[in-house]
Amino acid sequence: MQTLISQLQTRFQLSEFILQRDNLAFVTVTREQLRPLLLHLRDKEGFTHLVLLTAVDWIEDNIFQLTYLLGDRTAGCDIGVRLMLPRDVASMDSIHDLWPTAATYQRELREMFGIDFPESPRVDEDFILEGWTDLPPYRRDFDTLKYSQESYVDRLGRETKDPAAYMKLKLYPDEDNDG
Amino acid sequence: MADAEFGKADRSQYPHRRPDGSLDIDLTSGKYLKLWQGPNHPGITGNMSVELTVCGDEVVEGKTHVGYLHRGFEKLMERRTFIQCFPIVCRICVPEPDFNEYCYAAAVEELAGLEIPEKAKWIRALILEMGRINSYLMYLGGQAGAFGQGVIGQWTTYARDLMLDRFEELTGARIYHMFILPGGVRDDLPEGFDERMEQTLQEVERTLDDVYDTMFRNAVFKKRAVGLGYVDPALVDEYGITGPVARGAGVARDVRKDQPYLVYDQLDFEPVTGRESDVYARADVRRRDLLMSVDLIRQILSKMPHKGEVMATLPNVLHWKIPRGETYIRGECSRGEYGYYLVTDGSGYPRRVNVRGPSYTHAMALLEKLIVNVNISDVAGLMVSLHTYPPEIER
Repeated sequence: MQTLISQLQTRFQLSEFILQRDNLAFVTVTREQLRPLLLHLRDKEGFTHLVLLTAVDWIEDNIFQLTYLLGDRTAGCDIGVRLMLPRDVASMDSIHDLWPTAATYQRELREMFGIDFPESPRVDEDFILEGWTDLPPYRRDFDTLKYSQESYVDRLGRETKDPAAYMKLKLYPDEDNDG
Repeated sequence: MADAEFGKADRSQYPHRRPDGSLDIDLTSGKYLKLWQGPNHPGITGNMSVELTVCGDEVVEGKTHVGYLHRGFEKLMERRTFIQCFPIVCRICVPEPDFNEYCYAAAVEELAGLEIPEKAKWIRALILEMGRINSYLMYLGGQAGAFGQGVIGQWTTYARDLMLDRFEELTGARIYHMFILPGGVRDDLPEGFDERMEQTLQEVERTLDDVYDTMFRNAVFKKRAVGLGYVDPALVDEYGITGPVARGAGVARDVRKDQPYLVYDQLDFEPVTGRESDVYARADVRRRDLLMSVDLIRQILSKMPHKGEVMATLPNVLHWKIPRGETYIRGECSRGEYGYYLVTDGSGYPRRVNVRGPSYTHAMALLEKLIVNVNISDVAGLMVSLHTYPPEIER
């Protein structure tokens, strides 16, 4: 894996490299380099399996991290290609032509994070949420508790406990549980 | 097209495609009908539906619809401490919940730098194989039921119930076990577990003998399953196909062998493969894989260390902060590659958890491709043969 990353660094501008395990590494690329890198990994290095495509919301830095995880099933190793997108211009080129199944991931990211993938098939169709008008719910600034309290009524007679406080009481009854 | 020509034409060329690649379907022409299979339909795999466009009794287009079961698991986990996520993760896959526990626990352990005791690895592998047997038994009942053989489901449910008894005595629960935690497993095997498990395994084998005679040698089942839902091996990488669907196409991919985890490198087995890549081949791969799991459980119980700790010492889990990092942990569940992508930010909560279930690709892109030109009555059999569970799609 180390050798592969060294080779990639000579061809692509990788701004960050993390060797998580012997068979798992993460690299960060620019928007322009993403597609050439994915094509190179798929066609030249044997990373033919798109394991997943997902996003991480780093709201404090105002960026979305897109992670394209590719697997080489013969060599038994994976590489996570990370791309940082500005949160306020959340749009990325589609890769459904490289892996048809990417269209599903992109459709979900459009709905759950509000990250657009123009040209991706059915990207604007409702995927899981029908008629959703609020903030994309997997963004960090979407408050699930507030939404739930505003949208639903508590069941009559139902008592709730704060999960953290209750667990602390059960697991560590001898501790000072006031604080 | 004249009726005589209609029957002889190459159906894969129908309906025609427009220059932009979309299907040339004019719903106002009167030739087509919209038909919903699900979400409440005996021939649907869980809480999902397929929007079919049919011409006569032939499906010309199918679109998968999910969302009936969305509980926002991934988002909920961001508001919970690492240990509080366990009652959530197992609910992502009802018939085989333990993979969620294992993948999530292993991801937390890796990012926290936690080593687990040797015996815990064996017990984890045991649990995962027990869950695989349960999942396959449910599948066999569903696959036979989709073609009208209701009795198979009754037999396999009986055998699964015996395995649930073993789960109950080991973990205290039948469906959601929450037995695998970061650091190991909650407890050692109970006294006399090996003997009772052996009796259960023998009963499972006897049931499978009956299933083989009644289902796999049945002329009606063969007539309907052979040739249906062919998956071209070339699609395996393109569509992210894993597990028995890939192995049924002759692609010998099995995470247990390709990237051995837990104790699989110490067990003697080879991935079960098929060749014909149709519904029958996939069912047969799963039947044989189930028998392999029976053998693996026997190997695990005989090779497992008799003594030793099953749980590492954990920090105070209520104040457990994990350094910033990210990882991906995968395992081979009964439906294919199951994985957890976990991102931590140094706080006491996961920054992001993303669950990669095999149904995500199998029930969406692949099903929508395979369903074209299938007879309406075969849709259920085709869907079940991909062994999909909707909660994996809408985590």
